[in-house]
Order: sequence, then C-alpha cells, then structure tokens
Amino acid sequence: MFLKVAWLVMRKDLTVEVRSREIVYTTVFFAVACVLVFAFALVKEGRPLEDAAAGIMWISVAFAGTLALGRTFERERHSETLRALMLAPVSRPAIYVGKLLGIVLLLLIVEAVLVPLVGLLFHAPIWNRPLLLIALLVSGTVGFSAVGTLFAAMLVRARSRDVMLPILLYPITIPVIIAGVRGTAALFEPVPAVDLAQMWLALLAFFDVVFVTLSLWTFEPLMTE
Amino acid sequence: MKKGYPLFVLLAVVLFSVAPIMVARAPYEATMGLVQKIFYYHVPSAMVMFLSAFICGIASAVYLFKARPEADRIAAAAAELTVVFGLIVLVTGPLWARKAWGVWWQWDARLTSTLLMWMIFVAYLLVRRFGGPGAEKLGAAMAVFGMANVPFVYVSVNIWRTIHPTTRVVPTLSPGMRGPFWFCVIAFMLLFGLLLAVRARLEQRRADVEHLYLIAGEE
Repeated sequence: MFLKVAWLVMRKDLTVEVRSREIVYTTVFFAVACVLVFAFALVKEGRPLEDAAAGIMWISVAFAGTLALGRTFERERHSETLRALMLAPVSRPAIYVGKLLGIVLLLLIVEAVLVPLVGLLFHAPIWNRPLLLIALLVSGTVGFSAVGTLFAAMLVRARSRDVMLPILLYPITIPVIIAGVRGTAALFEPVPAVDLAQMWLALLAFFDVVFVTLSLWTFEPLMTE
Repeated sequence: MKKGYPLFVLLAVVLFSVAPIMVARAPYEATMGLVQKIFYYHVPSAMVMFLSAFICGIASAVYLFKARPEADRIAAAAAELTVVFGLIVLVTGPLWARKAWGVWWQWDARLTSTLLMWMIFVAYLLVRRFGGPGAEKLGAAMAVFGMANVPFVYVSVNIWRTIHPTTRVVPTLSPGMRGPFWFCVIAFMLLFGLLLAVRARLEQRRADVEHLYLIAGEE
C-alpha cells in the first residue's frame, strides 16, 4: 500500500511533467547557464582551475535543484492540489516518498545532460570510474532532494517561499555539497583516488539514511495544519 | 523564578565586573602574550552557543511532536541567544586568529562548522520573522534538521587540516589561567540562563496579550 501510493504520486507528477516538459526544459537550461557563468569565473588562460569541474557540476545541480523544487510545489499550489493530496486517506509519508522520487528522477535527467557537458567543457575524465561517479551523483541527489522536498512542501503555505527555500536548504545540505564535490574531484584526478571517493560516498549514504528517516518522521506533524 | 531575577541579575553584574580583573591578573601565555586573553571570552561564548543551539533543537523537537507552545517559546529564545553568542565567537575568533595564525579566517573544520551552525540559526530566525503564518513549525523543522546536521558538517569539513586547538586544551591550562577561565564560563552561563528566561517570558507575555485581544474581539 505504502509503495503503491508513493508510486501513484510519482506517476502523477511525471505525467504532468511529460505533458508540459516545463520543469525539465527550464531546469536543464538553467543548469547549463550556471555552468557558463562559472566558466567565466573559474577558467584561466583557457584552462579550468584545479577541481573546478567537480565544483561547477555540483553547484549547478544544487541551484537547478532548488529551481525544480520550487516549480514542482508551485504547481501543487495551483487549485490547492497539495491540500487535496493531504486529504487523501493514505499515509502521509507515502506522499512524501512519491514527491521525493519524482524530484530525484527529474534531477537525474538534468544531471544526465549536465555531467557529460561539464566533462566536455572542462576536460574532466568522467569515464574514469563511471559507476562510482553515478553512485555519488545518485546518493548526493537523494540527500539534497530529501531535505528539499520536505522544506518545499512545508513552504507551500508560507509567504516569500521563493526566498525561504534556498535560505533553509543550503545551510542544511552543505555536507552533501562538500561530499559530492570532494568525492567527484577525487575521481577526476589523473589517477583516481578511489578509496577517498568511496569514503565520501559512504558519508553521502549515511546522510541519505538519516535525513530521509528524519523527513519521514517529521512530514506528518509538519503538514498538519 | 520571578523573585530570583534581581538576585541573579546582581550576581551577573558582579561576575562580569570582576571578570576583567581576573583576566588581567592571569599569567601571560608564552607565545601569544596579551592576545591570548581573548580566550577568556571566546571559549565561554562558544560553550554557551553550543548549549543554546542544543536547547533550541530539543525544544523544537518537543514542540513539533507534542505541540507544546511553551517549548516553542524556549526554542525561539534559545535561537536568538545562539545567534548573539555565535556572533561574539565569530568576532573574537578572527581577532585572535589574525595574531595567532596571521590570517583573519582559516577554512578549518571548527571554524567552518561553527559558521555553518550559526547560519542555520540565522535562517531559523529569518524564517520565523518572514515565513508568515505557520512559521513556528517551519522554524522548528529547521532547528531539528540543523541539529541532525551538526555531526555531518563536522565530519565532512574535518577532512581538511585542523589547526584550531581542540577542547583538550582546557584541562592542560596552567593553574593561573584555569581560575579566570572557569570564572568566565560561569559568568557567561549565568548570563545565558538569565537572558533565556527573560526572553521566553517576553514571548509568553506576547502570547497572553494576543489571547486577550482575541477574547476582547469576540465580545
């Protein structure tokens, strides 16, 4: 039942998205624009600074993720569909998981465009350890989205939610950014530092477990009016 | 508690007026000399900041799960004090660092995690102030998540080289420094307790007034 509800919520979000493709298009374009903006700051004499590729990649993901989170819940605010979802006789954490899966999937699509682009533009060896890189990206995205989905959901009713989301989200997700950037930078070394990347991956996985649990736990009291 | 206020305020005034004399009489540190005296304000403020953040996190969790308004008032008061004492830490720290390390700021584990924690509580205050209706819950979630975040921040930034002295420094203090140090710690803790009680009471009074307005409106 729990998984079925989560699946239905996710499918609903994806169906809406597939029909308009609004969030995917705008978020991908925004992420690419971010990469360009950072390129002007971090490329010196035609060469990117050391570790710049990993940093640019993760910052773009974080910025684009904030945008996608804001838009997804803005959509739910129209005609009060989030309230309708909350009134449904299903467990609230299942709704949270459904929304989370939708966001994660969306961000993974964005990353599928972004990562090869960063590899291309900044000569980053993304094929060094592709599986480990994917694991870092997925666990980082889950951690970022776990906190983001909860905060975006509770900000739906708040004034000035567009400003509040990044203010709340960035300080909390700093460990994700640090672990993501350092882990990816370790993989982009000429000789990839695999054990270092694995250590960061373990930290990300631990972060995911703690914050998904905490979100599931607090979603119910937070969404009760 | 109400009757105790004047007594505690008096005690705090006495402690804070004696503290500079104690600090001035403490022995000079061999390498840093006079600058090291910042220590007597820097470290107690940091202790109070962490205690206050911890109180805010616990009170927020109680408020979130038990919906007790008193807990929210304590959380709000503690968050404000975390920001105030954090500011003292973040101002005295660079002053000391400039002399001890030659730079104002060092991206070291302790500094970075303190700054981040301070930012989480600034975000808490911002969301309470500008979040509109229901902002108390948003703030409470921020405090709970912020508290859960502290170990992650600490571990993740700890990979960088740490040059800040650890807390192990405290037991190794020379006897002449130990007295003034603990004196300052007690003074700061007392000040913190007083401010917390006063601030929570103010919040309580505000809620009472709002309640009275509601009743008057209904009649």
